[in-house]
Amino acid sequence: MDIALARTWVQAIAAAMDKHKDLLTQLDSAIGDADHGANMHRGFSAVAAELPRFEAKTAGGILARTGALLISVVGGASGPLYGTAFRSLGKALDAPRADPATFAEALAEGLDGVRRLGAAAEGDKTMIDAYAPALAAFRTSAASGGDLAEASAAAADAAEQGMRATVPMQARKGRASYLGARSVGHQDPGATSTALIFRALADTAAAAREAA
Amino acid sequence: MKKLINAPETVLDDALAGIAAAHPGLLSVDPVDRVITRAGGSRPGKVVLVSGGGSGHEPLHGGFVGTGMLDAACPGEVFTSPVPGQMLAAAKAVDGGAGTLFVVKNYTGDVLNFEMAAELAAEEGLSVETVLVDDDVAVQDSTWTAGRRGTGGTVFVEKIAGALAERGAPLAEVAGTARRVNAATRSFAVALTACTAPAAGKPGFDLPDDEIEVGVGIHGEPGRRREKLRPAREIVADMMAALLTDQPLTAGDQALVMVNGLGGTPLIELYVVYREVAAVLESRGVHIAANLVGDYVTSLDMAGVSITVCKAAPDLLDLWHAPVHTAALRWGM
Repeated sequence: MDIALARTWVQAIAAAMDKHKDLLTQLDSAIGDADHGANMHRGFSAVAAELPRFEAKTAGGILARTGALLISVVGGASGPLYGTAFRSLGKALDAPRADPATFAEALAEGLDGVRRLGAAAEGDKTMIDAYAPALAAFRTSAASGGDLAEASAAAADAAEQGMRATVPMQARKGRASYLGARSVGHQDPGATSTALIFRALADTAAAAREAA
Repeated sequence: MKKLINAPETVLDDALAGIAAAHPGLLSVDPVDRVITRAGGSRPGKVVLVSGGGSGHEPLHGGFVGTGMLDAACPGEVFTSPVPGQMLAAAKAVDGGAGTLFVVKNYTGDVLNFEMAAELAAEEGLSVETVLVDDDVAVQDSTWTAGRRGTGGTVFVEKIAGALAERGAPLAEVAGTARRVNAATRSFAVALTACTAPAAGKPGFDLPDDEIEVGVGIHGEPGRRREKLRPAREIVADMMAALLTDQPLTAGDQALVMVNGLGGTPLIELYVVYREVAAVLESRGVHIAANLVGDYVTSLDMAGVSITVCKAAPDLLDLWHAPVHTAALRWGM
């Protein structure tokens, strides 16, 4: 992971949120308040617009700025949660380039930040149900010598699997928790946007390897 | 979707400009930070009350900015919590050097953003206390949910704590009284129709023509159950049973009562409901010391009603009757 890749990743996330905002809103109307698509789209559009003006010496600098901007424009629960994820991830990357093992530990910092703020655990039907398996898959791949593209692809697959696994869960955090048993049978919007973020990382890393 | 808007993206800014134009002597609007502040700023030495939350609940919170209630409000996008920078800007704009009370409705997004704002404000030397409002008894299993939601009780908290701050009480006392009001207040709502957020363009949930959502939240969150529409008397009896089971009121108790329209309910129906509420309380020997009937905490265009009952001690009632002058509440001045 380097500065250029961090920029491309963030742009790819913005494109994914633009493309899938209706899906996220539709999922959120089933068990939330129908604003997740609009919020994620507004947040990452703002990041994409400001990205050329982000001056950073490290990939982490780009990602930390991304997090700070998300906190300042998104609102709702997703602003602080995604903002904290990117800020914690970014703060942990203080070299111009990071190898996959280092990036895995930065991803872990991001997850820790979300856990602390949201006080949620795996199985609560939240973004953590996509993030935690993605991190585990990324780590495993990186530990066995996978490069960023391979580790990210494994993470994206695991995130999507985790996302689908939220369908039968009963929500215990956030607005969906008010539904009780009626939240069962719906895919969590936060886990879905997290899976989009990891898929954007995998696509970005694959394209970068192709180009190299 | 039929709405009197220019575009879904401009609803909030257009409405803020409208609020500023409608109430120039009462409040002013900072369109950049999206903060509504009391006109003329705060008096030095006065504790200030800052609240906020997603838009779509008007007149909450901007309509309660003024003498004897809120010093500032920060509106977020429709049904979306405002951001920490907004809350910080609001707190700084009205700071009188005596401390700030954040009045926060208990939703994950509002809680997280106000927490971050409180940290930022502390870093800037402001002394901040936060009171969480969680009056909605429709949420029963707080252990396995994000906890009770903040709804109609917010009006009672903001009015009573605002009156105390206006009298010059220190921050700890204002915060303590705000928590007492919250602890003594319960709300319960039913919806006859879903609401439509401008950005979503279609109703937030499907509710058949002959059914009601019992225990609905102010963003259309589902409640305890769905059932067939029945006469108002029977629906109110169930709502009052839920309220009074959670907080029993007995003969001789004084109550503050709000029968609140959720945005799409004719006033005549609210009075039909109020009559039933009053009858239930009277049958228990409870005295309604004051009431509000109207739209105070709405959910866009949702048809439905919430009932809020506060078991009010004499000092809280005294503060309730204290003068207030805001866009949505005014008496005594």
